[in-house]
Amino acid sequence: MSVVFQKPHALTDAVLHYCPGCTHGIVHRLVAEAIDELGIEGKTIGVAPVGCAVFAYDYFNCDVAEAAHGRAPAVATGLKRAEPSNIVFTYQGDGDLASIGTAETVHAAARNENITVIFINNAIYGMTGGQMAPTSLPGQVTQTSPYGRDVNHCGYPVRICEMLATLDGPEYLERVAVNNVKNVRAAKKAIKKAFQNQIDGKGFSLVEVLSSCPTNWGMTPVKALEWIDEKMIPYYPLGVYKDRSAGKGEAK
Amino acid sequence: MKGNEAIAEAAIQAGCRHYFGYPITPQTEVAAYMAKRMPKIGGCFLQAESEIAAINMVYGVASAGKRVMTSSSSPGISLKGEGISYMAGANLPALVVNVQRGGPGLGGIQPSQSDYNQATRGGAHGDFHLLVLAPASVQEMADLTMLGFDLADKYRMTAMILADGTMGQMMEPVEIHPREIPECDKSWALTGTKMQRERNIINSLSMDPYDLERMNLERYERYAAVERDEVRYESYRMDDAEICVVAFGIAARVAKNAINEARKQGVKVGLIRPITLWPFPKAPLKAAAETCKSFITVELNMGQMVDDVRLATECKRPIITCNRTGGVIPSAAEVYNAIMNAQKGGQAE
Repeated sequence: MSVVFQKPHALTDAVLHYCPGCTHGIVHRLVAEAIDELGIEGKTIGVAPVGCAVFAYDYFNCDVAEAAHGRAPAVATGLKRAEPSNIVFTYQGDGDLASIGTAETVHAAARNENITVIFINNAIYGMTGGQMAPTSLPGQVTQTSPYGRDVNHCGYPVRICEMLATLDGPEYLERVAVNNVKNVRAAKKAIKKAFQNQIDGKGFSLVEVLSSCPTNWGMTPVKALEWIDEKMIPYYPLGVYKDRSAGKGEAK
Repeated sequence: MKGNEAIAEAAIQAGCRHYFGYPITPQTEVAAYMAKRMPKIGGCFLQAESEIAAINMVYGVASAGKRVMTSSSSPGISLKGEGISYMAGANLPALVVNVQRGGPGLGGIQPSQSDYNQATRGGAHGDFHLLVLAPASVQEMADLTMLGFDLADKYRMTAMILADGTMGQMMEPVEIHPREIPECDKSWALTGTKMQRERNIINSLSMDPYDLERMNLERYERYAAVERDEVRYESYRMDDAEICVVAFGIAARVAKNAINEARKQGVKVGLIRPITLWPFPKAPLKAAAETCKSFITVELNMGQMVDDVRLATECKRPIITCNRTGGVIPSAAEVYNAIMNAQKGGQAE
């Protein structure tokens, strides 16, 4: 009898703390599968964020540093510069990467720092209980935008892939989603490419993953996955925003 | 050689191959020196986008188990506070240099010692200390930089050079010799498991209060060893002293001139110069309180170290403060006058 499906080796046996229906589990698995398939677990170092994925160091079966809120790209820069032959990735949410850590994100991209960034965009602060995120949609009701996000009062969402694509620095920027099988397969491909780019020395590779937060969105898991299609993807279109090696998004 | 350059070269001789910084007066020569030297010796100089990013890059290299340094001046050190606290929580060794300028806020760019309290109390949130070294010459800028790396590694804590703008900018002859780096177990470092060991985690988070308490207690056991074994100070003309001047850094140099003048007038006055500000040299000060009738503290701030002198001497003797702030350096004449005031039995201001 042959095993046709099993837990990736790059995931530990720890039970995930994530809420039912949360897509963090899927993305953790995709990252671990990529690490397994590329055979890099022994030289991979993860950088965990502050947010729902703060305990990522319990789940990935490699060396992990826990960073301060938003600082993961700077910590990853230090780790990579200390030992360039290691594979360094960050795993960050939208508050971490697109709000408090915007400067670290932008400048790691501008330097084309040879790291891999997994960016979970679920349009809300999950860990602290559902506050407005830099990526919350206009009109979105959250704990700190109880009447809906009023763009005249607190501005517009930040589109990270589009913003970073204006820079000459980054190698690869792609936005994916994990709300159906087709999208999950595309997400896997993008994540694996983001690691392969680092192995090949190509530079800063970021995959933005549109994810669900049923708990804080106040929806069933199924409804939350539909909401990604209905609301998030129209505002955050999927696709490759930059792929320098393929000539896409290259500076004119 | 400038004091700032002495720090940079000494760091390199101490095996530091990674430096991250952000421009700020009056320490920028450290970065400029590193920018020139590091690429030639296979090291890494990187100008970060902010002080916050710089200290987190330091966190990354320290996590990988390598010697690493950043430098800044007062406002920049405040920005680094977050990262310094995280490094304390994660027990990461590194060297942070503060070439102080006047504050608070943007303050000025002239020399100051007004970050004494910040440095000796950790300077950010949580239960922790930095090992704080206060050079009083360009030679000591180099020597204490090397020592700082060694002690940081030995005790798995961040060491700080607390210099001031004068020390950074002044030029003096200095000898820096390559030296052997002490053996140090860094099996905790993030080097990749190579599929041959359990994974390592660098972290300051614990959701269990008893676990976090245990981590803090363990850290304070190391701090106790530092307080026991690593106190450093200079005792100058203290043998028969009836008046004890306490000063560090540039203030101690000014004080020595004043002490020598007062000695010519027959005043029995000496100096205790703390070299480690944390751990503070409590024992020699306590002993001095038994033999001296009064103390004088000289500082480039409104009077911060004086509180540690009061604690060390258990408030047994009057203390006259001789302070200038905002970037002004007390003159030898001012210190001399304070000594004469003490000699006449003058009381604390």
